[in-house]
Amino acid sequence: MDLTFSEEQHELRTVVRSFLTRHATEADVRRLAADPRGHDPWIWRRMATEIGLQGLAVPEEYGGSGFGYADLGVVFEETGRALLCAPYFATVALAAEALLRCDDEAARAELLPGIASGETVATLALTEDDGRWDELGIRLNARAGASGWLLTGEKTYVPDGHLADLLLVAARTPAGISLFAVTTADAPGLTRTPLPTLDQTRKQARVTFADTPARLLGTDGTAWPALARTLATAAVLLAVEQVGGAAAALDTAVAYAKIREQYGRPIGSFQGIKHKCADMLVEIESARSAAYAGLWALDAGDETEIAVAAALAQAFCSEAFTKVAADTIQVHGGIGFTWEHPAHLYLKRAKSSEVLLGTPAYHRELLAARLGI
Amino acid sequence: MEVDFGPAVRDFRDELRDWFADHLVGEFAEHRGVGGPTDGAAWDVRLAWDRELSAGNWLGVGWPKEYGGRGLGLIEEIAFEYEYARANAPYRATVNALDLLGPMLLAMGDEAQKKRFLPPILAVEELWGQGFSEPGAGSDLASVRTRAERDGDQWVVNGQKVWTSFGVHADWLYVLTRTDPDSRRHKGLTLLLLPTDQPGVEIRPIRNLAGQDEFAEVFLSDARTGADMAVGEVGQGWRTAMATLGIERGTTLLPQQLGFEREAEALIDLARARGALDDPMLRRRIVDAWISVRIMRTTNLRTIAELTAGRTPGPQATTAKLYASTRHQQLGHLAMELAGPAGQIVGEDYELDTRQRSFLLSLAETIYGGSSEIQRNIIGELLLGLPREPRP
Ligand SMILES: Cc1cc2nc3c(=O)[nH]c(=O)nc-3n(C[C@H](O)[C@H](O)[C@H](O)COP(=O)(O)OP(=O)(O)OC[C@H]3O[C@@H](n4cnc5c(N)ncnc54)[C@H](O)[C@@H]3O)c2cc1C
Repeated sequence: MDLTFSEEQHELRTVVRSFLTRHATEADVRRLAADPRGHDPWIWRRMATEIGLQGLAVPEEYGGSGFGYADLGVVFEETGRALLCAPYFATVALAAEALLRCDDEAARAELLPGIASGETVATLALTEDDGRWDELGIRLNARAGASGWLLTGEKTYVPDGHLADLLLVAARTPAGISLFAVTTADAPGLTRTPLPTLDQTRKQARVTFADTPARLLGTDGTAWPALARTLATAAVLLAVEQVGGAAAALDTAVAYAKIREQYGRPIGSFQGIKHKCADMLVEIESARSAAYAGLWALDAGDETEIAVAAALAQAFCSEAFTKVAADTIQVHGGIGFTWEHPAHLYLKRAKSSEVLLGTPAYHRELLAARLGI
Repeated sequence: MEVDFGPAVRDFRDELRDWFADHLVGEFAEHRGVGGPTDGAAWDVRLAWDRELSAGNWLGVGWPKEYGGRGLGLIEEIAFEYEYARANAPYRATVNALDLLGPMLLAMGDEAQKKRFLPPILAVEELWGQGFSEPGAGSDLASVRTRAERDGDQWVVNGQKVWTSFGVHADWLYVLTRTDPDSRRHKGLTLLLLPTDQPGVEIRPIRNLAGQDEFAEVFLSDARTGADMAVGEVGQGWRTAMATLGIERGTTLLPQQLGFEREAEALIDLARARGALDDPMLRRRIVDAWISVRIMRTTNLRTIAELTAGRTPGPQATTAKLYASTRHQQLGHLAMELAGPAGQIVGEDYELDTRQRSFLLSLAETIYGGSSEIQRNIIGELLLGLPREPRP
């Protein structure tokens, strides 16, 4: 039975946290939130070279260190805590995972080492104008030209799409849904437009293709199961990230409740505030259970369980983070409503994460379908 | 999510499964899933079932052999509870003595007390009630007023206890008393073991909201017990009592939560049968109910995993009760709503069906064992380090 973290995983947490305490301070978050690129290539490189975060769960044969999902979860909980501004989720949770799942050994061997070493920033371009994360949302057209596949159409809300070196694009061919790789450097017909985002800590872009050459990954028309599995993995990792964000938000609320005095005593001694903080912790610990169950399911590799746990984790953790972040503002009173205070950074990250892979309502429906409800 | 406790426990588990297959039959099988921490339903059958378990040497799996236990470890105890819940066996009538008093005596009792009391608990020969609460001491347990005075080699006890679960069945009570009349609050308390079969003890049933005589009030007028019946040191009863309440481990939550899972599944079946799954509002609440029982289970398994790894469980061990009790009530409300008007009809003599009983009894879960408000205080003060409430 392995429903707890090992000593090594606790150590990993300590290492990642101390790295992020140095390189992803609130000042860094604010600086990068205001920066159109939204991340610092120097920090990205150190993440790869100092602690190997990008390649942590990439198998050794592709240049990674071959750790499991629970290990990766530890990292995401910490990046969520720090509100790390970096294309880490896009690269690791979405793109690397999609490559691992697709049926294309040559592409894996060629593309994953760059991701693992931190050289390649990658993302998955799946959603279009209606923002759907399901099969029906994929309408972008791919056709076989004389010298290979060509993509024409539009993807939007693409996480870190403005700076990714590698785009994995879900598109429709006459055979069905297929996955393509586009290397963005000098790709003909490719236009990328950054989208101004409410949550400035995670950037998004619109990407348009006009007869853009693309490399088909695996067999034409068979990509959906691999994509669905990729999204399930990403759902779990996002859930852990959300737990980290919520925990950090609660920390600020509790710290403030201990020192802020009204009526001659700390506000944290009033039950109205104390009980709110206690409820926040209950919510976070419950969200932890939901998210960790997903990690353990991923490591156990039981597909039915993964599908259930992933949908459950997103349905629950999304709302938990948003609730905790909103309550954090409430505990802070007026100061919590200012631009200077970090509380809104968590609220906005919570709100954007809530819809990043589909809304809680969507995940509830996925769960219901998977349970036969 | 099936739990496998590893190869070392597999033989134990298989033995238990076989035993259930042979013994959880007939009347016992008809009472599968019946009972709960505050449910007095089918008392006689459940007591007989406890004796059946005792005869199979399944009570006190983790207790030392010299007192009638099996002398196994925590992991076997947990595996036992897990298999027990899986088999959906009737809820044990003597769970209070097994889960609270027994472990307390093992930890704080003297040798004579262990020898005298533990074997009859495991043999289901003596039934116990917990006499902590008083009319004036509920959440604020430190304000107990029941007095005990030394008279030669005996204690003489006067006062009143209340909400004693299954009190009318009790042969013995473990009561929190004030032995130093000048003391205040947590000081000067002593935990005494007191036989009920004497003129100074009067036990009156109190009907609970489900119509059951499940708890009782206890009047102690010059009730007597031996001087050797103090558990732990005289005057240190608060420590002893808290040790009891501290024995709230993942093991005891498992069966309850597997029961909640069954309720959630029954609820989904009911909703399907009534076509309620097509109603988006109901559907959402049904999925949420399912999510919450699943989360309870995982939280519980996290705690157990930490315990079996020899670590101190994290905050989830403390937050679990508040989450589970609140969500279980929501489940009950939803089940009643799905049942509709038919769910409002009871049997002769106010006989309730499982759903009605479960719903009504769930209202106690946010009161006993520390109310939700007290749980929030504990979480706020002990886990989050927030300043204590001002105390008078
Ligand atoms: C079914 C059932 C079985 C029980 N079995 C036993 C038993 O076997 N033995 C035994 O000794 N006791 C037993 N109890 C008693 C139980 O422990 C008490 O009911 C519980 O501790 C609450 O005490 P009270 O009922 O006096 O309520 P009170 O303490 O008076 O509380 C009333 C309300 O005020 C709130 N409140 C109290 N203090 C605070 C505070 N500081 N801050 C905020 N809110 C507060 C409570 O949360 C509650 O909502 C049982 C109770 C029930 C319901």
